[in-house]
Amino acid sequence: MNFIHALSQYGFLQSALICAILVGIMSGLVGCFIILRGMSLMGDAISHAVLPGVAVAYMLGINLLLGASIFGILAALLIGYVAAHSKVKIDTAIGVVFSAFYAGGFILISLASSATNLHHILFGNILAVSDSDLKTTAVVGALVILFIVAFYKELKLTSFDPTFARTYGFKVQALHYALMLVLTLVTVSALQTVGIILVVAMLITPAATAFLWTDKLHVMLGLSSVVGVLSAIAGLWLSFTYNLASGPAIVIVAAGLFAISFIFSPKNGLLKGALAR
Amino acid sequence: MLNVHQLTVAYEATPVFKDLSVAFAPGKITGIIGPNGAGKSTLIKAMLGLIKSSGTVNYNKQPLLTHRKQIAYVEQRKDLDLTFPISVFDVVLTGTYPHLRVLQSPGKLQRQQAHAALQQVNLAEFAQRQIGNLSGGQLQRVFVARAIVQNADVIILDEPFVGIDMHSEAAIMAILQQWRQAGKTIIVIHHDLNKVSQYFDDLVILNHGIVAAGPTAEVYTQANISQAFSSDLSQVLFTEEAQ
Repeated sequence: MNFIHALSQYGFLQSALICAILVGIMSGLVGCFIILRGMSLMGDAISHAVLPGVAVAYMLGINLLLGASIFGILAALLIGYVAAHSKVKIDTAIGVVFSAFYAGGFILISLASSATNLHHILFGNILAVSDSDLKTTAVVGALVILFIVAFYKELKLTSFDPTFARTYGFKVQALHYALMLVLTLVTVSALQTVGIILVVAMLITPAATAFLWTDKLHVMLGLSSVVGVLSAIAGLWLSFTYNLASGPAIVIVAAGLFAISFIFSPKNGLLKGALAR
Repeated sequence: MLNVHQLTVAYEATPVFKDLSVAFAPGKITGIIGPNGAGKSTLIKAMLGLIKSSGTVNYNKQPLLTHRKQIAYVEQRKDLDLTFPISVFDVVLTGTYPHLRVLQSPGKLQRQQAHAALQQVNLAEFAQRQIGNLSGGQLQRVFVARAIVQNADVIILDEPFVGIDMHSEAAIMAILQQWRQAGKTIIVIHHDLNKVSQYFDDLVILNHGIVAAGPTAEVYTQANISQAFSSDLSQVLFTEEAQ
């Protein structure tokens, strides 16, 4: 049975596709600011650090988003605190904090539930998207877009020139933590699509691909979401057709689009450079 | 008048300077000179509240930091991300952000201000260029254009003439002189001792504290330069001038 036909037949596949598209859009948008701020490692860290939050929420039977957000923000604050109050560099602080959170999450989950659940959290389980999951993802997607539209000029300025923003009294730190909160929300939404381990790829790869094609931030945001959505659709198709895990399939497509851009984009100019020679 | 009173900054317990007091007058271009590591940038950053310090910094008898929007600061550009997807015009436009509310986008008025400022520094034709595609001098003029848009009363530039062409240096100097005419307080950290007398009305010589401060003609002396830098350097500079 081919993908299109299956889509028309099975509700679960439609839910999976819509969910993957929503995640593609929001991670593409947020990812642009993550890479422009040089925070790829931070994005990786926060997406892993939500694991204990997911476990605790699962144990207490509360909303995953709530548990994950609390632990995501906690990790961001702790990283900031360690970096500010010791001589270790920021990437070291990130490494120490997020691996501890991640390890804690593993232990909690192994205490709480079966190995199957852990597998789904780590690698995603897009074919089991429920209606309520879909609703939550849609709400989070709307919030993310609202956040970026509302704070577009501040996000742009603080990514480019934070000192200038601080000098005129803008609360740069507050926006940083707001962005970290948004990042945790995106991570949780992406849990089912790609899983915790590969969330960072959905944040960084589409944004990096878009970056290679344009010098304008608003164009980059648009392109990045398009790459995110294309990866999601093509990845899901691959996953269905060849019986592959959906998360890795989506990420491989995104990486392929990056590779093509790396060679052919006018800005990166690997091909342009070769032709000029 | 911008008054710095008993300002102390310490990294790791060793003070960069202690109980530093100095005043900057409106309608004057004040240069700050001193050897590397003398605390020039540190003084500015402490005044702007970008690093921790103790002491008071008052502008017209009120804390400077309650007038944040009246300060334009052109920092050293070495840490700037030149690959950032932003155009020359948009960088200058960010100079209007201090006066915009959250949720408010720059409108027609702000765009006109940015455009006018770009014309003042002769960069109107580069408005749509990505900022990485400029020379050092052009880039510095972009940030001066942003300071024009900010329309601040206090303007602070950290080594604005480093690594730029003579044409850009002259263009920036002309803008500084316009600001002086308008009665603004202008502070310039400067690295090149040769043009000190030519550029600055007042001079602050710094070396982990104030060595001398006042009108350039009185302060820029062989004895002061010898004390702040080295006697060799002061000899070379002042012997050449005498000849």
